[in-house]
Amino acid sequence: MSSSVAVIDYGMGNLHSVAKALEHTGCVERVVVTHEAEQIMAADRVVLPGVGAIRDCMAEIRRLGLDEVIREVIQSKPFLGVCVGMQALMDSSEENGGTPCLGILPGEVRFFGEQLRDPDSGAALKVPHMGWNQVHQERPHPLWAGIEQDARFYFVHSYYVTPAERSYLAGTTRHGLEFAAALAHDNIFAAQFHPEKSQHAGLQLYANFLKWDGGI
Amino acid sequence: MALAKRIIPCLDVANGRVVKGVQFLDIRDAGDPVEIARRYDEQGADEITFLDITASSDDRETMVHVVEQVAAQVFIPLTVGGGIRKVEDIRRMLNAGADKVGINTAAVFNPELVREAAEKFGSQCIVVAIDAKRVSAAGEPARWEIFTHGGRKATGIDAIEWAKKMVDYGAGEILLTSMDRDGTKIGFDLELTRTISDAVHVPVIASGGVGNLEHLVAGITEGHAEAVLAASIFHFGEYTIEEAKQRMRDAGIEVRL
Repeated sequence: MSSSVAVIDYGMGNLHSVAKALEHTGCVERVVVTHEAEQIMAADRVVLPGVGAIRDCMAEIRRLGLDEVIREVIQSKPFLGVCVGMQALMDSSEENGGTPCLGILPGEVRFFGEQLRDPDSGAALKVPHMGWNQVHQERPHPLWAGIEQDARFYFVHSYYVTPAERSYLAGTTRHGLEFAAALAHDNIFAAQFHPEKSQHAGLQLYANFLKWDGGI
Repeated sequence: MALAKRIIPCLDVANGRVVKGVQFLDIRDAGDPVEIARRYDEQGADEITFLDITASSDDRETMVHVVEQVAAQVFIPLTVGGGIRKVEDIRRMLNAGADKVGINTAAVFNPELVREAAEKFGSQCIVVAIDAKRVSAAGEPARWEIFTHGGRKATGIDAIEWAKKMVDYGAGEILLTSMDRDGTKIGFDLELTRTISDAVHVPVIASGGVGNLEHLVAGITEGHAEAVLAASIFHFGEYTIEEAKQRMRDAGIEVRL
């Protein structure tokens, strides 16, 4: 059993659900919701959640000095970014007129646009991309263990990640275009969807993360 | 492979108890929001909406605890509406574990609340609830207006213009209820639903009037809604969520089964 996981709290969004879902897996002794560097450093695993606007998220991360803490722990500990917590790891985002992010994974965050259409049928598609969509696992990964290929997860976002190289893609989803539903690189995994809101498949992914040693 | 259309059961809650008689056959406590939410989760509900109909604002703290308890056990999205007046009300519900907050009457009296909330918390969690009533006479071009106070008070505001304005202000989703159809069980106002859905780029949830599964199908195929919300047909055990999804799939609609 994983002894501890830190959920980084920078005042943005719904940490309660993330923490409760991690606890619900029964795979961890202690879930710590914190912005204290010491507690984050002391945890075995780290989750960076996030909802809301990226500019505010990045501002809070920097104001609390969490950018340096994240750079430190992401060197070695199993690390999971969720939603805006995934986007924050990229180089930059188009949101809020262009926002520099942490630049830990190479790639950009782009806007779906308000005129999104299905390329095959031409039908108008809604933005935000909100609801249950299928995630195609692009390659095997310990975090996909026990999760069906093309399982549905819950998404809610208007911006999507495009990694600099396809080799970072762990999962893809289509909504007018193909985008990164999940990225993986060494001990880092990041998901655009919300595992804590994705019922069985989501809880399975959290359980997998809590058992993961960061290797492939 | 595409985004699934959603089915959302809606529960009315007063003083921490589910009211208007949910009647599952084998439920131990028909008023317990946690147990009912869990049941709908097991049946495959895509989200759950709680409408707080508590009369007194002193009792609203109870709703916060309900949300906390449900969010600790049910891992699908939760929306809470009713009595949301200030940014602080939204913050408390989100911190308790709600994923989205529905703003209705307060948006009509103070549209800036929607803008402020969307900027603070993100559009993804701001649902603007619109109660619309047809005001055009038969034979005239269709026109709907916004009503407040459960459909009793007219505002003179055009429903389509209002929906567009709320999206401009940052609403991430529209919960559209036809006050003409609410409680009638004769089906959604499909013309209203389609008109609003086609006018905005955010998802529209159709509500008001569901009496059978064909109505749910029509809400998607003819109303162009992204999601359908219903209460009584599920509460009274007439249909399960699973049956509803099966029917939708048979009609060629993408669902999560």
